[in-house]
Amino acid sequence: MAPHTEQLTRPAVSLRGLTRSFDGRTVLDGIDLEIPAGQFTALLGHSGSGKSTLLRAVAGLDHEVTGSGELVAPERVSVVFQDSRLLPWRRVLDNVLLGTDGKEAAAKGREALAEVGLAGRERSWPGELSGGEAQRAALARSLVREPELLLADEPFGALDALTRIRMHGLLRELWERHRPSVLLVTHDVNEAIVLADRVLVLEGGRIGLDLTIDRPHPRSYSDPLLGEYRERLLAALGVTEDHQ
Amino acid sequence: MTTTTTTAATAPVLAPVTAPAARRRRRSLAPGRRLPASRLVGPALLLAVWAAASAAGRLDPGAVPAPWTVLRTGVHLWTDGTLTTDILTSLQRAGAGFAIGLTAGVVLALVSGLSRVGEALIDGSVQLNRAIPTLGLIPLFILWLGIGETFKIAIIAIVVYIPIYLNTHAALSGIDHRFVELAEVQGLSRLAFVRQIVIPGALPGFFVGLRLGVTGSWLGLVVLEQINATSGLGYLMFQAQNYGQSDVILVGLLVYGVFGLVSDSAVRIVERRVLSWRRTLSN
Repeated sequence: MAPHTEQLTRPAVSLRGLTRSFDGRTVLDGIDLEIPAGQFTALLGHSGSGKSTLLRAVAGLDHEVTGSGELVAPERVSVVFQDSRLLPWRRVLDNVLLGTDGKEAAAKGREALAEVGLAGRERSWPGELSGGEAQRAALARSLVREPELLLADEPFGALDALTRIRMHGLLRELWERHRPSVLLVTHDVNEAIVLADRVLVLEGGRIGLDLTIDRPHPRSYSDPLLGEYRERLLAALGVTEDHQ
Repeated sequence: MTTTTTTAATAPVLAPVTAPAARRRRRSLAPGRRLPASRLVGPALLLAVWAAASAAGRLDPGAVPAPWTVLRTGVHLWTDGTLTTDILTSLQRAGAGFAIGLTAGVVLALVSGLSRVGEALIDGSVQLNRAIPTLGLIPLFILWLGIGETFKIAIIAIVVYIPIYLNTHAALSGIDHRFVELAEVQGLSRLAFVRQIVIPGALPGFFVGLRLGVTGSWLGLVVLEQINATSGLGYLMFQAQNYGQSDVILVGLLVYGVFGLVSDSAVRIVERRVLSWRRTLSN
């Protein structure tokens, strides 16, 4: 049995030489990465840069992918997908409780729904929810399992801009209350800067930039000090703002 | 608080006056609200035309007897017990065949839809079976099983299991891969995955198969009872044909029709209950 203090300092996710390839094309090329327990990390990259592949590897969802390397991830991992992925034939509460059992589960499910602002919608069908509400329900479903690691694969990518801003606040708030380690995959530089304490850029199958964002929360999208981070991240992504 | 309520209350009143063009609704493409008892309107009209034509003497009573003649014959056959015995015999045949076909269809679809080995063993064979018209198997089944009840039930079971298998299997293999991934992420056991995702996901397809199967069981019954039977509704009608009793034939047809209508409605009601989460054009 490891002592409790060691549990706290132990990294939540640890990758050593993680390699993944599809049809001979190397997508992840020997990635070394440690995410400390409780850290909010964002992973940026172009589409096709392999950021989803990395997330799926950590989630254990890459069954038929060739690859090598060492991967350590916690026991309790939750995943939020780009689509809410609610089962249309289960009511919202039953969707949140998917994969849980026990007597307290229902109470926890209600609590999680209240936390994401969906109290009173327990008996609704997923088809009756708006896109933002459905994604909130998906967040509640991931919370109910009290994850040590929360993996989010462009969770706000399908939402409109206003809903997205509201969801940013909610996600950060939930993180502060529960403190799971978070790996947020996104292609939105602003989203990464506003939400995460550490931003990684995946480029050519490797971590091209590992940037710690040391600014207090809640952060404003117009904070001028964040502009510097934005420029560094955009440069790492190979985007130059010519118009400036 | 009060200001918001007042503006909310007055706005809809003012809007048509200030901007009437903007409030014009688009024409709805959905069929609209259902007529009350809509499924009975057509049959009732048909019955009325039949009765009117009979009363006016426009129909040959030997070929198409009047509705009241058919009714009187029906009551007569019912009270002397012939009809009840025949109905019970027919119901037993259809019920037994349907139950066996339903079970076989669902079990085979599950085995073939959930395992690759099962699919390899079952799917090809069923597709082959489907290619042979089931009623064409009657001579062979009489040779194998004799001319008793067994062969009739076997034929009905085959007629029923094929549509149920095909539709359930198609629905099972069509389950969204994203839901499979979700089940993995949520740590569902194989049993929980089947119960909570596979079966509910395949239910819409299963119900399509079920309705086809119900219709099929009556179709099989009619054919079997008219070819080779010494009891049952079909036999009653076959005898009536020999004696030129068109009213008895019509009573038989009426009973078949009621069977079909009642069973189809029962499936519809169950389907609507079970699939209440679906919001389609029909509601």
